[in-house]
Amino acid sequence: MPPDSPLGQVIALSDKHLIQPVAAPGKAGAADAAVLRDVLAGGPFDAAVTGFVLAALPDSTDPVLWVSDRMARRENGQLYGPALRGFGVRAPILRVEVNHPRDVLWTMEEAAGCAGLSAVVGEIHGAPEVLSFTATKRLALRAEAAKVPIWLIRSGDHGALSAARERWRLHSLPSARHLWNPQAPGDPRWEADLFRARGRAPGVWEASCDPRAAGRADRLCLVPRSGDGPMAQDHGAAAQFAGG
Amino acid sequence: MVLAIQGRHGPVIHALSACAVQRGIAWGARVVDVQAIHPDLHVEQADPQGDVALLDRVAQWARRWCPWTVRDGTSGIVMDVTGAAHLFGGERAMLRDMAVRFRMQGLSARLALAPTRGAARMLARHGAGQVICGPQDLEVALAPLPVAALRLEEDTVRLLTRLGLKTLGALMQVPRVALMRRFDRLAGDINPLVLLDRALGRQSDPLNAPAEVPRWLVRARLAEPVIDPVPHLDALASDLCAQLARAERGARRLRLTIYRVDGEWRSRDVALAQASRDPAHLLRLLSGKTEGIDPGFGFDLLTLEALAVEPLALHQDRLDGQRDAGRDVAALLDRLAARLGPGKVTWSNWVESHLPERVEAQVPALGSIMREAPVLMRERPLRLLVQPEEIAVLYAVPEGPPARFRWRRVAYLTARHEGPERIAPEWWRDRPGTRLRDYYKVEVTDGRRFWLFREGILGDGRGGDPHWFLHGIFP
Repeated sequence: MPPDSPLGQVIALSDKHLIQPVAAPGKAGAADAAVLRDVLAGGPFDAAVTGFVLAALPDSTDPVLWVSDRMARRENGQLYGPALRGFGVRAPILRVEVNHPRDVLWTMEEAAGCAGLSAVVGEIHGAPEVLSFTATKRLALRAEAAKVPIWLIRSGDHGALSAARERWRLHSLPSARHLWNPQAPGDPRWEADLFRARGRAPGVWEASCDPRAAGRADRLCLVPRSGDGPMAQDHGAAAQFAGG
Repeated sequence: MVLAIQGRHGPVIHALSACAVQRGIAWGARVVDVQAIHPDLHVEQADPQGDVALLDRVAQWARRWCPWTVRDGTSGIVMDVTGAAHLFGGERAMLRDMAVRFRMQGLSARLALAPTRGAARMLARHGAGQVICGPQDLEVALAPLPVAALRLEEDTVRLLTRLGLKTLGALMQVPRVALMRRFDRLAGDINPLVLLDRALGRQSDPLNAPAEVPRWLVRARLAEPVIDPVPHLDALASDLCAQLARAERGARRLRLTIYRVDGEWRSRDVALAQASRDPAHLLRLLSGKTEGIDPGFGFDLLTLEALAVEPLALHQDRLDGQRDAGRDVAALLDRLAARLGPGKVTWSNWVESHLPERVEAQVPALGSIMREAPVLMRERPLRLLVQPEEIAVLYAVPEGPPARFRWRRVAYLTARHEGPERIAPEWWRDRPGTRLRDYYKVEVTDGRRFWLFREGILGDGRGGDPHWFLHGIFP
């Protein structure tokens, strides 16, 4: 039974009424898990990208290589390790902090061939010359050859050319209602826009992550956004509560 | 012409040409003084490290006469020719051979052959040149040499000279007990008595020659000149890899050289990211490099050399055909650290602290192990700014965070907030007067969530009005 919530009693809808959550990207079992994915930040200083990528990382205790260039660290801050456990990330993070985007790409290419990593995440700010279509194509081929998922976080970049197999754009949405305090922000919500994909249909979802679901395969929950925003949001919340 | 080196008071003369010696220029004189006397003097900067490197190579080359060959100081080579002289037709013939071959190299050498290493060294530097000294006439040959030939410290030489002991002969006459008592504080390699004993063969003075640097080189000699190197690369690469496999090494840098019939040679270098002795891999790297190489009228000798090698042990894959994942990560760490620098590749290390920026410290991943992250009770942002950045408060409210604030030239309107979470300064670590922080999680109207803090409270007696900072970004 769903727990009581400040929304009142939650009606558990049957599955066919609910819009089915889409399989989260990067999950084990999916045949095309190990591909290159671009994630663009919808706005400046938006940590939705980081949250989305962390939530979509495969649940594993193998290390994740996280490489960032200097501008990305300066603009968006650096990844804060102590928060990761609370966010449901169990994998230790191998941090590589370089100055130039060129070194980021080199590191990602090197790391893509390493089967001991559970994922490789690279952060590049802006659209530097070296991050060309060719560079992303190389990365994409590497990822597919080596079976390691690669995430490329691009902030301050409005969709330059890329050969990534999936391209996402992330915005922060107003967060869910806090369970006990209406004045406080609750669980994060993001708008995940898959605007280019190979082998699946693009779409716009409302993404959320349940930090308490650490260790579960479906930490990331994607609910399609229909034209009717608030309704879809309610569905999402209902799905959350029904699932949680 | 002279070579100059930087002395204590400006450049001094380090080495002189024969012509300069004839004109009476002394070693160790100051260059400005000498230039005043000889305005036409040509002065060049000396390169001591280069000299030593050259001498090392010459010492390796000198192993053509005997295997025990080592550089002696910065300007000599000591060779232990015991049992080697007969191969060159006797000692005299061997010395002549050495003199000729050094001259062919363009080097002038002073040679001496003596029963002990110390004696040979002194005779070569201070003797008449091309001396061959037998065991019987050792004392006679050494007697006229100055005491400075023993390579003592300056103070010791000065002391001996003041005592009237100017030659080794005089030193030999002095009773041993007296010398022993006088110099008992000096270490063995600067003690005149020990050095004299070594030179006279009363004390053993073995030669420690470094092991020969192995060269990983394979050659292909061709019966007649050819134009295309590609068909020969396969055999070369497998030969080299077999050599490397015997020594459990992998190549990091390769050089392919062709020797053309017209006496020229051309080479191509290949660098590897990871030590390898896989012939197919090397071949793939090399075959991309052979296009630009100019064969001229053909070449009849090909060499493939591994310029840099690294230990590369055999490693057994798992029985199920999977590779060992941890090993992969270790190898990756090596490569990343080698290219980017060890400080750039880090694991997190956790510190017990209340201040958010102190909890996590980065330690180099090479030589440390990853540590389990702590479980925090409070929610923390996923991204933390390197430095907390001050925000401009546009509309303050008495309780809670500012209703409007500006950060990085953009104004934000607070929609919801949570807090405060008070973090007091750590008195055992912080300076006195550090203010406390009240942290708020703030959601602005477009949904972004920031972590703000107010440093201090009004009237805490630690400064004026509190300032607001933005410290982190929530997902």
